[in-house]
Amino acid sequence: MTSGISATSVGVVTAEKILIDRPLTLACGVVLPSHELMVETYGTLNADKSNALLICHALSGSHHAAGVYGDNEKPGWWDSYIGPGKAMDTNRFFIVSLNNIGSCFGSTGPTTINPESGKPWGAEFPVLRARDWVESQRLLMEHLGIQCWAAVIGGSLGGMQAMRWALEHPDKLANSIVIASSMKLTAQNIAFNELARRAIQSDPDFCDGNYLENNTAPRRGLALARMIGHVTYLSDELMGQKFGRELRSGTFTQGEAAPIEFQIESYLNYQGEKFSGDFDANAYILITKMLDYFDLSREYQNDPVQAFGHANCDFLVVAFSSDWRFSPQRSREITDALIAAGKNVSFAEIDSDQGHDAFLLPNPRYEEVLGNYLSRVADKLEGTA
Amino acid sequence: MNPVASRGQINDSIHSWVKPNSRVLDLGCGDGTLLAQLQKDLHIRGYGLEIDPDSINQCVAKGVNVVEQDLNKGMANFADDSFDTVIMTQALQAMRFPHLVLDEMLRIGTQCVITFPNFGHWKARAYLTLRGRMPVTKQLTYQWYDTPNIHFFTYRDFEALCRERNIKVLRKQFVGEHFLDRQLKNLWPNLFAETAVYHLSK
Repeated sequence: MTSGISATSVGVVTAEKILIDRPLTLACGVVLPSHELMVETYGTLNADKSNALLICHALSGSHHAAGVYGDNEKPGWWDSYIGPGKAMDTNRFFIVSLNNIGSCFGSTGPTTINPESGKPWGAEFPVLRARDWVESQRLLMEHLGIQCWAAVIGGSLGGMQAMRWALEHPDKLANSIVIASSMKLTAQNIAFNELARRAIQSDPDFCDGNYLENNTAPRRGLALARMIGHVTYLSDELMGQKFGRELRSGTFTQGEAAPIEFQIESYLNYQGEKFSGDFDANAYILITKMLDYFDLSREYQNDPVQAFGHANCDFLVVAFSSDWRFSPQRSREITDALIAAGKNVSFAEIDSDQGHDAFLLPNPRYEEVLGNYLSRVADKLEGTA
Repeated sequence: MNPVASRGQINDSIHSWVKPNSRVLDLGCGDGTLLAQLQKDLHIRGYGLEIDPDSINQCVAKGVNVVEQDLNKGMANFADDSFDTVIMTQALQAMRFPHLVLDEMLRIGTQCVITFPNFGHWKARAYLTLRGRMPVTKQLTYQWYDTPNIHFFTYRDFEALCRERNIKVLRKQFVGEHFLDRQLKNLWPNLFAETAVYHLSK
């Protein structure tokens, strides 16, 4: 382990590019003859391959969920919860984290080459549904020789995948952990996503999605999209505490003409700017649409109880009090439907002022609920419960 | 007085009234001890409702289904007759509107099991009569100003409420630990029963 990395970190990790050399039929009808996935794993797979956890990322996530790529590098996006002795304990579980297709961190998606045209897919990448991610994950599961996940875990869009897994492959997971998620987006949620897409599409550098061919990128549009999203991921309360009306520059003194910039403006601009260099605009459009289209019970007569009737696994549902993008009420609806369907489910509403982002951030109660749940899962696997 | 032994008597009653393999909802389930026992002994499909974070953590650690929900905010999320048995142990006196909670329990469950501290017990009466102060006993340990037990009632009060609302009392049991209580609880329950256990239906 590299110096300066704490004992509860998985340490230095490396990602692997895995070729899934089998056709993947997407919900839209398009068949990808093969696809590539960037994958990281943490911990050790046990002899009967029963201790595997699948991590499902959300809108902007990647395969880099834990550990670091080297000294002074930023840890993975769920590092607070993955590591030795952490809620997702790498001493007990083998954890699989991938970058899903259609995203832009090295897995097949809008920025990779379409073998048919020899050019980047760009805006031509087929429309995706959450079930396509689940199907791709299932092919990865086969590739790894895993028969059944000990748990499939995800927050936000990740929770949607965890639920879809339970319905599509009831015998291939023992637990589904659904965090800060929803069975379908509300109109307000779709509205925010459309604002983000419109911001990207309005950037002259978007070039109808073919910006890569033109050696450019709609960075201003993508930055604005991220800024809109970011506001919705935080709570009013937290923004007030963190930034209030503090000024970054300028002054209100009469007679002074220097331009004023509030701290929140500076923060949002920084976040937008940073994101626009890390993420791909077409992937953002693709994945926000995936979120919009998701409706857990659409093909179950719009009845969530009937939908969950197909599940065989146990569920843990977690929500955060100040999350207004995926409000606790959405998680209560999931829980109620699971109870009505007679499934094992526990639900905790964690008190937090961090808004939707809370699912990524350290929080003692959240850590304990998740840790207790998974510890029991591990006890069962190890034959001590 | 031995609270552990009396809890044992109460749980024995509940065990004999709950049907094996049935659906059970425990309102204010605490650390999930009762549901864990019912799961183990009777293979019930149980769910507990609870608001205390530590209790919720303990339920999760035990493998008891627990749902964070404030009973005072209603239980409209549960359909009529969606459970075989709805249980509430030692919590009715802490509800904002006990009569409405009782109605809800009987709407959601085919049958209900309720336990509550009988405020008519001689110790409580003696405390109030002799000391002139609100009783603080081993079972009711709080001071009047910080108690979560905001409604004190006797077993007779409870039966009057059941009559008023046409609730059927299927069975009842009285529990007391003191020597006197054990001898006399069935003769003069309102005086010698420390805890009352009721099995109800519509």
